[in-house]
Amino acid sequence: MQVLYGRHHVRVFRFGLRLVRDEQIAEDLISEVFLDVWRQAGKFEGRSAVSTWLLAITRFKALSALRRRKDVELDDEAANAIEDKSDDPEVAVQKKDTSEALRRCLTALSPDHREIVDLVYYHEKSVEEVAEIVGIPENTVKTRLFYARKKLAELLKAAGVERGWP
Amino acid sequence: MMATSKKILEQEPSDIELLLPWHATGTLNARDARRVDEALSCDPELAKQYAAIQEEYAGTIHLNESLGAPSARAMQKLFAAIDGEPARHGSLRLSLSTRIVGFFASLSPRTLAWSASLGALALLLQAGLIGAVLVKNQPASFQTASLSMNEPPITRALGPEAPPRALVRFAPEARVAEITALLDLYQGSIVDGAKGGLFRLQFGNKAMTKDEVAALMSKLQSEKIVSLAVATP
Repeated sequence: MQVLYGRHHVRVFRFGLRLVRDEQIAEDLISEVFLDVWRQAGKFEGRSAVSTWLLAITRFKALSALRRRKDVELDDEAANAIEDKSDDPEVAVQKKDTSEALRRCLTALSPDHREIVDLVYYHEKSVEEVAEIVGIPENTVKTRLFYARKKLAELLKAAGVERGWP
Repeated sequence: MMATSKKILEQEPSDIELLLPWHATGTLNARDARRVDEALSCDPELAKQYAAIQEEYAGTIHLNESLGAPSARAMQKLFAAIDGEPARHGSLRLSLSTRIVGFFASLSPRTLAWSASLGALALLLQAGLIGAVLVKNQPASFQTASLSMNEPPITRALGPEAPPRALVRFAPEARVAEITALLDLYQGSIVDGAKGGLFRLQFGNKAMTKDEVAALMSKLQSEKIVSLAVATP
């Protein structure tokens, strides 16, 4: 179990943290996820990669934690992630840094969009694996990522970054 | 330009367009990857969108890598909880250990996909040995009962003492000799790649300050054969 934990806990933590946006809760999630794995090891049938199974459990636990917390401020937080035009000079300079702007806009995406972007780009999951983790049809996976990317482009444009697409 | 953008915004995305992100991460099957390659080679608009996707890909990795790692508290909490679980009888222990071996047998980390299959074989062998040790060395309860809380956390591999690393994309026209010369110049070594054309490089064998890393990235970015350089923890 220590080996399994050592191999996967950082990615589980980061996936959970991006969903719940709270380090304390994300750390609690890790122990809950791996405890479930320890209890349910017999149910693992090896049809998917272990990491896919772990991310699916993490997602379920994260959503439960969010429901418990009922944090209504999350959306406000996301909306405030993009600064308005009255930024001070320091922030204005920061905006010129495309990668920093990209980072801020990735953080400002909705939970559904953050989740799918992370699963595909960071956890490098295939269409089929994302469908399994999120519990949606494969076609929905593809279109959801497309619209997440379009939203990201809108946020970047609002932050003054033009990338030539769309 | 405006007309084209508007047209794209109003249109339903095409099948190929929808697959671009997975092409960038290298997770498409061979048939779809070929279809996307063919479309990219003859559609400049699609190629432009693909370039934006590669930036998103690098940005998402950078963002997630900067999130750090959990503290040892999470591990301590987990193993304390496991110790508190009801004891399991022998056959179940054996079954669990077999399952753990099964976990590793099914592991297919994308980060190893590009490297030789020998690496994967070594991983499986290692997993088998670990599984065997787990089965052999467990007297009455699960191994975690003997976990020492004084052990250094295994979660800090990305600590400040590590040499700097970066995700780098080389320009398409870069030649191998030029890349090799650049690696020599910067004391760089490739530690992972090339996923979506991105290589993970490590520089030197000493840690650097944040300013030094920023300067290094800036210098790298100015190299003719480097089209993208992003520091990662």
